Amino acid sequence: MSNIAIHADQLSKRYTVATAKYRHDTLADQLADSVKSVFRRLRPNATENRTFWALKDVSFEVREGELVGIIGHNGAGKSTLLKVLSRITQPSSGRAQIYGRVGSLLEVGTGFHPELSGRENIYLNGAVIGMKKEEIRRQFDAIVDFSEVGRFLDMPVKRYSSGMYVRLAFAVAAHLEPEILLVDEVLAVGDIAFQKKCLGKIGSVADGGRTVIFISHNMTAINSLCNRVLWVDNGQIIDDGPATQVVSRYLAKATDDGELSEETWDRADEGPGTDTVRLKRVRVQRLDGDQSEPLTMETPFKIEIEYWNLVADARLHITIHLYTPEGIVAFTTGCQNSQPLPAGLLRSTGYIPGDLLNSGIHRFVVLVVKDSSSVLFTHESQVPINILDVRQREGSYGKEPGVVQPRLVWTTELLDFSPDSSCQSEYSPYLSMQAA
Amino acid sequence: MECTAGMTAQKPSVVIQPQTGLFQLDLLSVWQYRELLYFLIWRDVMTRYKQTAIGAAWVVVQPLINMLIFTFVFSRLAKVPSDGVPYPVFAFAALLPWSYFSQALSKASGSVVTSANLVTKIYFPRLLIPLAATLAPIVDMFFSFLVLLLLMLWFNVVPSWGLITLPFFILLAVLTALSVGLFTSALNVRYRDVGSIMPFIAQVWMYVSPVAYPVSMVPEQWRMIYSLNPMVGVIEGFRWALLGTTPPDPALMAVSALALLFFCLAGTVYFKAMEQSFADVI
Repeated sequence: MSNIAIHADQLSKRYTVATAKYRHDTLADQLADSVKSVFRRLRPNATENRTFWALKDVSFEVREGELVGIIGHNGAGKSTLLKVLSRITQPSSGRAQIYGRVGSLLEVGTGFHPELSGRENIYLNGAVIGMKKEEIRRQFDAIVDFSEVGRFLDMPVKRYSSGMYVRLAFAVAAHLEPEILLVDEVLAVGDIAFQKKCLGKIGSVADGGRTVIFISHNMTAINSLCNRVLWVDNGQIIDDGPATQVVSRYLAKATDDGELSEETWDRADEGPGTDTVRLKRVRVQRLDGDQSEPLTMETPFKIEIEYWNLVADARLHITIHLYTPEGIVAFTTGCQNSQPLPAGLLRSTGYIPGDLLNSGIHRFVVLVVKDSSSVLFTHESQVPINILDVRQREGSYGKEPGVVQPRLVWTTELLDFSPDSSCQSEYSPYLSMQAA
Repeated sequence: MECTAGMTAQKPSVVIQPQTGLFQLDLLSVWQYRELLYFLIWRDVMTRYKQTAIGAAWVVVQPLINMLIFTFVFSRLAKVPSDGVPYPVFAFAALLPWSYFSQALSKASGSVVTSANLVTKIYFPRLLIPLAATLAPIVDMFFSFLVLLLLMLWFNVVPSWGLITLPFFILLAVLTALSVGLFTSALNVRYRDVGSIMPFIAQVWMYVSPVAYPVSMVPEQWRMIYSLNPMVGVIEGFRWALLGTTPPDPALMAVSALALLFFCLAGTVYFKAMEQSFADVI
């Protein structure tokens, strides 16, 4: 078993609300406040009300070479934990021991000076994040290459586009080589291609045997990069385990909260519809497994529409328009029956296969069509279809573009041997594989 | 935790826990981060006069204009004596440390607040911030020094052998600015009032320092109290070292230096105590 890199023992961080209030305070306010506090002291509980624990008794261990993700809602205490570990702020109680040189990236470009040139900022920023001058000099060319801003190196960074600025800043950060790297959500900036490059760099840092702690809201990135995930909520670690497991539990919880999985109308005259057809229930269900599990890109599911048909022998077609998170209709689908329907409560179910939709919160609209031509009514369903991306992929960490993400059959075959005979032996004459 | 048992042989490189004692000054870490100190000073120097028309010339223009005003107001109008040297040189020799001091003091006082982006995002010994702010204006002083040499040449003033003691007086000026700066920069984090009050303090301080007039004008019975101001010793020292005026009292200088060391230590203790809450309060 490898050595311990970080050992945290009951770390707690208390903030008094008053501390936050002192921000940009003046002596005059302070005097007024002291007068008030004389009266406040008469009420014994007053001070307790004004404190809150950003971290409460957080204990964990990280071993050398582990890549640990930290997830949780905004304000859960993730960043506070990272700030304590990187010594920016002191814990109120508890203790942590760190074995190795720590580098922290809570932001890209900390200490960048707008008036200085790119070249000068590389040195300044490098020194700020903890690199030695010699180290910066040695890595200088690599940093410039990575940043892709070589041509503008002697221009003040205030004239850089925001993209160039971020690229340069991250390039410096990416060449920091501490034994323990603490990274906050610094990748929310920059274009997708560059983000991927950066995440790849973080991954390679960990492959090099170094320890990484990484906060992100990008579950795909967390899943692909980290072997272990800590879920922080309310200043405490409430889950700790293999990345995929913790992430899916976290996402399941996130979908539970406030998101409905069905709409129902108790009485026949309440639901949306007309005198002839009225909706009773609309719901989204997994085809198999526990319904509390989240929907992932691979999961097949069904959309059930229950409705009262109030007129016998009506020819009704239920149709669904499925919208992507971007508001584009991914597809339209409808039941094909041409038989007249009896009066009564009916259920039409549409089956959506796995490996079809892209990730994100999809919405759908139910249309009830009569005689294949006239739309009786449409109902914009409030039931979200939240498709999660929990695939583990090599070298890819974001949402792939596309209205849908179908899994298709792919083949690759060797048509002719390369004239360069050296690589022949590597390939069998015929290869077939299914692309992930 | 029991799983740490195998680790006891290895010493943690960092232990994070609430700071307890008042005197954990951790000055060693300042030394370990000396390269960053260098870069912070370098940044201050490089950026000071970027995008100005006359650039670094401001460094000498400011004390020169002050000297001209002083010469007119104090020498011509008020007929202030100047210890037997031409008044412009007399004034400039004092403006040299004084410009440095007021510059360093104002920079240091605001330093932690202006470095808020660093303080909340990265760890390094916070002492570097006021330290860099007090050290950077020394570069300015050097350029003014060249101007003084020209002035001395012009007015035929020859420096005494005391010139070699100049670094000592520079050090005293740095210590004075740093001692005050440690208090004010930390205080400024919580109370922005400091920013408004500092120019006023600097102005008053200048009038209780022998910048525009010689110490000999101060009544004998007040001289002792007057000398409690460390800038008195610094300015007298500069004038003596550069212009060969009456030397400062060595006993008084020793007391001054000791008092400064004490204040600097007290400032450091105060700064370190306040430092813990910088990232939370700033």
